[in-house]
Amino acid sequence: MTTLVTHTGLLSLRSLRTLSRQPAYLMFTLVQPMVWLLLFGQLFRRIAEMPGFGGGSYLSYLTPGVVVMTAMMTAGWSGTSIVQDMERGVMDRTLTSPVRRAALVNASLVHQAIVTLVQSVIMVSVGLLAGARYDGGVRGMLVLALAAILIGVVFAAFSDAVALLVHQQEALIAVAQFLVLPLTFLSSVMIAPSLMPGWVADVARYNPVDWAAVAAREALTDAPDWGLVGGRIGLLLALAAVMAWLSARAYRVYQRSI
Amino acid sequence: MSGTDRAIEAVDLVKTYGKGKREVHALAGVTFAVRPGIIFALLGPNGAGKSTTVKILTTLSVPDSGSATVAGIDVRRDPGQIRRVIGYVSQRPTFDPTATGLENLVLQGRIHGASAAQARVRARELLGSFDLTAAADRTTGTWSGGMQRKLDVAMGLMHRPKVLFLDEPTTGLDPEARMGMWAEIGRLAREDGLTVLLTTHYLDEADNLAARLAIIDAGRVVASGTPDELKGALGGETVRVSLPAPPEAERARHVLERLPGIAAVESDGTVVNARVANGAAALPGLLAALDAATVELTTVTVARPSLDDVYLHHAGRSFSSASLEGAGR
Repeated sequence: MTTLVTHTGLLSLRSLRTLSRQPAYLMFTLVQPMVWLLLFGQLFRRIAEMPGFGGGSYLSYLTPGVVVMTAMMTAGWSGTSIVQDMERGVMDRTLTSPVRRAALVNASLVHQAIVTLVQSVIMVSVGLLAGARYDGGVRGMLVLALAAILIGVVFAAFSDAVALLVHQQEALIAVAQFLVLPLTFLSSVMIAPSLMPGWVADVARYNPVDWAAVAAREALTDAPDWGLVGGRIGLLLALAAVMAWLSARAYRVYQRSI
Repeated sequence: MSGTDRAIEAVDLVKTYGKGKREVHALAGVTFAVRPGIIFALLGPNGAGKSTTVKILTTLSVPDSGSATVAGIDVRRDPGQIRRVIGYVSQRPTFDPTATGLENLVLQGRIHGASAAQARVRARELLGSFDLTAAADRTTGTWSGGMQRKLDVAMGLMHRPKVLFLDEPTTGLDPEARMGMWAEIGRLAREDGLTVLLTTHYLDEADNLAARLAIIDAGRVVASGTPDELKGALGGETVRVSLPAPPEAERARHVLERLPGIAAVESDGTVVNARVANGAAALPGLLAALDAATVELTTVTVARPSLDDVYLHHAGRSFSSASLEGAGR
């Protein structure tokens, strides 16, 4: 158990060191979300005047959703570093060293969690500067960060598993791209559930992106329904655990293929 | 020889990739043994099964059948224990190009359980012996290919393994870096008493470095022994006749086969090799016979058998043409 923790720590530090030496990468992941936040926030400002938005500003509605969406989009690329390790001999060396498979999975997820946290802080700050307001305060923002981290972990574990199964950068990107837009638009990230077509609202209830967006927005209201927040966070936790397990299994499948 | 005085033992390893029509028999029963403290080479063209053998011995891959032990530990029964006592340097680079040489080494040491301080001491020691100290704190992405390859080997040595596996250690290196790498590998076995198994498709590499070698072709060991034993077993000298075209070579082969005093004749493309007891004595008769048959020659050389001759003898084709075939797959 202690080796598992030590190895997780060592490998997480390795990937954070890489990130700290290429900070432009993190900035790059924020370009598109900023467009969503600042451009969409302005363009569709008057949507919030429709009934169902509760009378707040659209930017306030949109910001938590875009934070969640960004976590998902960035995490979808997580597997690319596994493919790089496979293309170099890094994966071979790791798998012939005493590193536990679980530590490899954990380190990737810890790395993703930290990236998501940094992104979330930057985006919420930009949202606040642009005029978004939240009655839920710091507690609500912590729940937002947690929801974003969990959705990031879910998609990072998924991306890692796909990387281990397909071994190809192109296929991995295709899978990630294929999922991002449908999952975003089949959720309440952009628009209030009461304004969605019935079938979209039905689908959204099974969409983990929606779980995260709902939990985050609810926690940021002045009187959150903690039952709703807890339920959605619980679902995300369960899904994250399942995905992490799948990702660990995928290492075995990979090893059988070499 | 009992089980304990073998650093590596492979018995009848079989490995098949894919299914049905796409089935590839990577290993068709590989058997060999390596005693401790020597450099052992697996020599063969691309696609012969060298890397697959190493992947099985390093626990990366599992054989379909057969068994193997490394440092007395069974690879299938106790892979976790093997990972503690081996170093593995794969064909492709294994370092993190965004980290410095020191950081790469320290991480490797710590993964094997060393404290940060212990790992730094060992890393400095290895940087020194591989002549990398001056570059220790530069990010490794900026290093030369030869330095990077040395770092790969040093990373495999951080935890003082009992057996080191080097998969094509000098492929892609320029001649000078290659000689440097040979010197390092030689020193490891001599001074540190390490058992080194290296795979190579360079005949001169196996000839220069290995105390013993196994020639591997199409997933089987076709010959093994010391380089001198293998060459000696062929006997005598080789007269190598080069001809302008393959049909000429065929004619030359027919002529030479009928001559007395010639042990064996093998042809490959435009080259015909004839093994004779004494090259200088056999040459005049040989040339006269070819001249009488009006075979046109390009060059004629006499040489002691090389590993290439050994390979040609056992695999039925020359090493360079087998390598081309392998690369074309």
